[in-house]
Amino acid sequence: MKERIGVYICHCGGNISDYVDVERVRQAVENDRGVVLAKTTVFACSDSNQNDMVDDIKKHNLDGVIVASCSPKLHLATFRSVTERGDLNKYTYVHTNIREQASWAHSDDKIGATEKAILLVKAAIAKSRYAEPLYPNQFEAEKTIAVIGAGISGMKAAVSLSDKNTSVILIEKENKVGGHTATWGPLAMSDEKGSDLSHRIYSDLLQRDNVTVLTGSEVISSKGSIGNFTLKVRKRAQQAGDPVETMEFNVGSVVVATGFDPYLPKAGEFGFSSYENVITLPDFKHLIDSFSGKYLEYRGKRINRIAYIYCVGSRQVDGENRYCSRYCCTSVIHAAIQAKKKFKEIYNFHFNRGIRTYGKQELLYAESLQQGDIYLQSFEDAPPQVYAENGKTKVKIKDVLTKEKELEIEADLVVLVTGMVPRADNSIGTMFKLPKGRDKFFNEVHMKLRPVETVIDGITIAGTCQGPKNIVESVNSALSAAAKSYSYISKGMLETEPIVAEVNTDLCAWCGKCAEACPFDAIGQKDVNGKQVAVINNSVCKGCGMCAPVCPPDAINLINYSSEEIMSMIEQLAGG
Amino acid sequence: MKKNAKILVFSTEKISDPAIDMAGLLKLHYPPTVYTITVPCSSGIKPSWILHAYEKGFDGVFIAADGSDCVFGESCTEKTGNVVSITHDKMKGTGIDPARLRMAAICSVCSESFVKQIRSFNDYLIKTLHA
Ligand SMILES: Cc1cc2nc3c(=O)[nH]c(=O)nc-3n(C[C@H](O)[C@H](O)[C@H](O)COP(=O)(O)OP(=O)(O)OC[C@H]3O[C@@H](n4cnc5c(N)ncnc54)[C@H](O)[C@@H]3O)c2cc1C
Ligand code: SF4
Ligand code: SF4
Repeated sequence: MKERIGVYICHCGGNISDYVDVERVRQAVENDRGVVLAKTTVFACSDSNQNDMVDDIKKHNLDGVIVASCSPKLHLATFRSVTERGDLNKYTYVHTNIREQASWAHSDDKIGATEKAILLVKAAIAKSRYAEPLYPNQFEAEKTIAVIGAGISGMKAAVSLSDKNTSVILIEKENKVGGHTATWGPLAMSDEKGSDLSHRIYSDLLQRDNVTVLTGSEVISSKGSIGNFTLKVRKRAQQAGDPVETMEFNVGSVVVATGFDPYLPKAGEFGFSSYENVITLPDFKHLIDSFSGKYLEYRGKRINRIAYIYCVGSRQVDGENRYCSRYCCTSVIHAAIQAKKKFKEIYNFHFNRGIRTYGKQELLYAESLQQGDIYLQSFEDAPPQVYAENGKTKVKIKDVLTKEKELEIEADLVVLVTGMVPRADNSIGTMFKLPKGRDKFFNEVHMKLRPVETVIDGITIAGTCQGPKNIVESVNSALSAAAKSYSYISKGMLETEPIVAEVNTDLCAWCGKCAEACPFDAIGQKDVNGKQVAVINNSVCKGCGMCAPVCPPDAINLINYSSEEIMSMIEQLAGG
Repeated sequence: MKKNAKILVFSTEKISDPAIDMAGLLKLHYPPTVYTITVPCSSGIKPSWILHAYEKGFDGVFIAADGSDCVFGESCTEKTGNVVSITHDKMKGTGIDPARLRMAAICSVCSESFVKQIRSFNDYLIKTLHA
């Protein structure tokens, strides 16, 4: 039973303390039985606080540590290792979540959130009293890593893993690799063709013995968990008459790089599908890449005046896509420059909502201004209007740059600068149960500190499946997802929690019900002082606890989840 | 009239905890008198714990079950179901309304469903216990 517990209550900047009165929480628990130290801290995870905790453990001879902060998914491991640095067994550490489950969930009720946080911390103190030193079990991790999706992100992740001497299985749904990148001609910022870039990386991949590329293939099921996933992959018949192949792979980790879909405007949105000369940015890029006359033509008509309407499907005020798609301002300006360089008599009119060519991409914006492109701007409440008059397509705007003067431009072609949306096919997300964020893209554990990890251990996310990105950003994210996936399996061994069942042999009278309930055959029978009792095989027990509720004399408990512990937590949550 | 019932949620570390955390992240609000205790698997919940919660003053107990996503295998659904039915019998025996124990499968992406279930459970408990 712990008697010298230290409690740390985190402000999380203001994420917690804006809604939860952390000082009140501290005062409410400082005199609880066993608590010798209760502190608030601005950022519990900061280096300085971690060092203070190590000092406190030693100075106050603490035997248990509690941090009340964010989700344990984020920082359980951090604080367990702080506890170890203070020479305590890491399993004596107890975490409680007062951010996702108090301050944020109840940001509409500060008093309620504070009262809840107090009880959550009291319950953690109750649990901490029972937290005993434990020693983790180890198991061997599969050394192969699967990458799903062979766009630029998946391919770069595969190259990076291959460089680390890891076997990679790169699984692509389509019959060819490269994703969207492979379909583009010259790209911002380098002007290199997307198709060439994609081909270059693919050729490199093909040279590598430790990379298997499966095109026309999809993962149809996944079993197991970090270190040991079994993926079933179905490869479509490549030619009529070929059989459909089904294969199984054992992998230690999975990088998901399934990419994005371009936003498809609704019928009538800025004249889309009402007027035949209103097209999307992907269509426009393909048009200027493939057309090779002196003058640009679309559907047999000469194009001189092009109107670009920005943020279509992004930064929506009423729609679902509130986010900025990041790539599009730069990409459309680049395409407009390309069009003007390649074809005669092109005049570009950019109907924007504020240009977001961040970083070096600003150079392109400057180039477009120099070449005479016209920029007109409106706010979200008064978007430009596309309409037809006397057989001409026109775009009208109240231009905020000229004191909301109503300006009208006749356009031969209207390009809707469409953003990125999550893939409509969510089969991979459903299979791995990957949570999605407010933008409906796959959600990372922490947007700053753990941007490629997911709450599903062993699964990382790379590139645009996590949110809109240009190629540089997609590759950055792919390289870090590869590094993270590799780090899971690099040691060859993984630790499992040392949570196993325990039998109270005084109470057990061997009825065999627990053995029947155990899905892993971890329970046997043995003689103790002339009495037959149940015995747990600790190396087989997975710590599910299924045996515990079925025992008639209540002789089984799961370590860390004993009836005493849970009931004392319940008493605290009930109000003491 | 009271508007928030006191509800104990048994949630699982790998499957339903992420959904409940995500509900917070998305600021999907539910009553602050809902408290979560995390267990590895919903089929390991003992009926005695649930009964203890009523005894100590909880209005309701909600099991955010693993369902078919359980990392410990398919038998979880049936075994969690058994825990609930044994507890229901015990509740009837002691005169506790069995509807004060609810179970629903909550997977790691089920934040909205969790909040919806909890709000409707809260409404039921307020109507039957505190009206
Ligand atoms: C019109 C337009 C212009 C652009 N211009 C530029 C530019 O100039 N410069 C720049 O830097 N960026 C540009 N971009 C952005 C660039 O296209 C993206 O950053 C890049 O394509 C993202 O790569 P990705 O691998 O993340 O996704 P994707 O390209 O979408 O690739 C994902 C891959 O995963 C595969 N896949 C999907 N689901 C599954 C599944 N279930 N199983 C197996 N495989 C699956 C897909 O078939 C695809 O091959 C532009 C984008 C658009 C739309
Ligand atoms: S169920 Fe309980 S009494 Fe029966 S064998 Fe297992 S531990 Fe012993
Ligand atoms: S905790 Fe699970 S794996 Fe371990 S003995 Fe009990 S039923 Fe079997």
